[in-house]
Amino acid sequence: MSISSDMTDHADTTGKSGTTGNVGKAGATDTATSTATPLAAQNLDLAYDHRQVITDLNVEIAPGKFTVIVGPNACGKSTLLRALARLMTPAKGTVLLDGGNIAKLKTKQIAKRLGLLPQTSIAPDGITVAELVARGRHPHQSFLKQWTDQDETAVLSALRATNTEDLSGRQVDELSGGQRQRVWVAMVLAQETPLMLLDEPTTFLDLAFQIDLLDLFAQLNHEHGHTFVAVLHDLNQACRYADEIIAMKDGAIVAQGPPAQIITSELVDRVFGIDCTIIDDPVTGAPMIVPGRPKKTFADR
Amino acid sequence: MKSSHSPIGDATEFVPGQRVLPGEKVDFGRPMLRAFGFRIDLRVVVTSAIVAVLALGCGFLGLLLGEFSLTPGEVFQGLFGQADKRIVNTVVGEWRAPRIIAGIVLGAGLGISGAVFQSLTRNPLGSPDIIGFSTGAYTGGIVTIIVFGSSFVSTAFGAIIGGLLTAIVVYLLTWKGGVQGFRLIIVGIALTAMLNAFNTWLIMRADLDLAMAAATWGAGTLNGMGWSTLLPAAIGTVLLGLGCGLFSRGLGTLELGDDTAKALGVRNEPLRAGLILVAVALVAVVTAAAGPIAFVALAAPQIGRRIAKSQGTSLLSAAAVGALLLVAADLIAQHALGETQLPVGVVTVCIGGIYLIWLLIQEARKAQ
Repeated sequence: MSISSDMTDHADTTGKSGTTGNVGKAGATDTATSTATPLAAQNLDLAYDHRQVITDLNVEIAPGKFTVIVGPNACGKSTLLRALARLMTPAKGTVLLDGGNIAKLKTKQIAKRLGLLPQTSIAPDGITVAELVARGRHPHQSFLKQWTDQDETAVLSALRATNTEDLSGRQVDELSGGQRQRVWVAMVLAQETPLMLLDEPTTFLDLAFQIDLLDLFAQLNHEHGHTFVAVLHDLNQACRYADEIIAMKDGAIVAQGPPAQIITSELVDRVFGIDCTIIDDPVTGAPMIVPGRPKKTFADR
Repeated sequence: MKSSHSPIGDATEFVPGQRVLPGEKVDFGRPMLRAFGFRIDLRVVVTSAIVAVLALGCGFLGLLLGEFSLTPGEVFQGLFGQADKRIVNTVVGEWRAPRIIAGIVLGAGLGISGAVFQSLTRNPLGSPDIIGFSTGAYTGGIVTIIVFGSSFVSTAFGAIIGGLLTAIVVYLLTWKGGVQGFRLIIVGIALTAMLNAFNTWLIMRADLDLAMAAATWGAGTLNGMGWSTLLPAAIGTVLLGLGCGLFSRGLGTLELGDDTAKALGVRNEPLRAGLILVAVALVAVVTAAAGPIAFVALAAPQIGRRIAKSQGTSLLSAAAVGALLLVAADLIAQHALGETQLPVGVVTVCIGGIYLIWLLIQEARKAQ
């Protein structure tokens, strides 16, 4: 049984109030229609001021897959994501979006193909949920075409997909952290890009919201073939949801591939420096990391 | 088979299982007018219209009141130069109307430029009168008057150059791999203090006539506003105000933070530079015509957004409230103390000072 079909099962059985009954209706369009690499980096050097973070990095993102970047703090994973989203200009090398140099493309054209959920965003004072989600339509609008039926439809379906339609008239600053994050996700969905980059989308959310959100991404990925690249902290969640994992350490990619093939206790030790045992996840069959026995006394160190 | 990679294709099926029926509308939690490719927040339009009517009402009162008191009928006749008595035509058409129109148009301009800067700095304190752009424009104006003598056009150019130079200096001193709002305000306040000292020195050195002219103008006044100054100033203000309006969609997206705005296809730095250029020019034109009138730019956008409960920045509300504030303050300046006419800037400072104290307390509480 392949990992990806396991994940579809998982998404189906979990079921969520807003999407129950709809999930699976569209049928799995897992057969990716495009085989070209949607996003790639070649000989990438990334630096802040003069501190080099990433040197000569090459990576290709698989089309129609859910790719998760993992690695310890300060390994350069968020920096890589920023460069892939053209938020950061490489010191050297190129980022290719659908084969074209991203630095040479118009930012509005990029915004129709590549969406980003940044780590931090600012909700203007008093803005309502629907208004914020509507801002996601920016790349599709122009001065004389500020609101069309397509905008209406895209915002409505984004609100429904994230289960935030009931909140649409509420002010964003009144919402809980979990609700707020769903609203930001809705804004990115309203942008309607086939490629989405997510920078730690689940940080600061409780477990239920984390699973909810990851299920949503998995559904979008499986049923519509959207390509996802996410930075996640939880290695077990990465193994459960990812088609492909990119493990990074000290600004370099240590391993890239399906979790079942690359996640070993040696790799976890090499990347995170922790002692662990890998078992099969009893629900999904994906690799599951069980860290070594807790060191409860100083003598254990 | 339909390409599942096309983001444009069939919008209704972009998000799986989330079908949207034709004609279904998003609930924005407030009435929206959707027409001709636009979506307009009705509350913003209605409240702005009401405020604008109030501003016109104050303006009409301004036409009635004065040493030479007139009846409403005479005012209407005078406006169109149809009064029986010649003097009525002169009082209404030449003396009072330019002043009222200046109050409305320049006030709206101040409101818009304040809204733009407060949005760019993401801070209610970040208005051009606080961060030095008005003072810098005034410096440019004084230098021009001293060197070239006073004509509106040369003063306006001097003021624009002064305002832009100040903006560049503030921007450079604030720059640290990007411009952060609060730093910009602190640097701006410091530069304002230095420019004020420089302005005083300039006026003390100038000969008496020029010094008198510069000093009266320096308090911010609409006294003696005539058509020759008003016409170019009003045209400039309207054009630059509309220019800000063209950028307002990008401004709204920029409020979501630089990363999000860029991800949504906004060219952050060119947009910001363009907006600063237009909004500084706007405040400079107003300053050249009426001097550095304080606090209208600071207060108008904030009052406007509270009345309209607007989402983010609304240039329309800011313009309407700015017009009302300036025209009403000028009415007070002219008539509150009987015979003595105050410069309108004195009134706005008094009202605005109270507002500024309240604002600082609010900000300090928020920071805790």
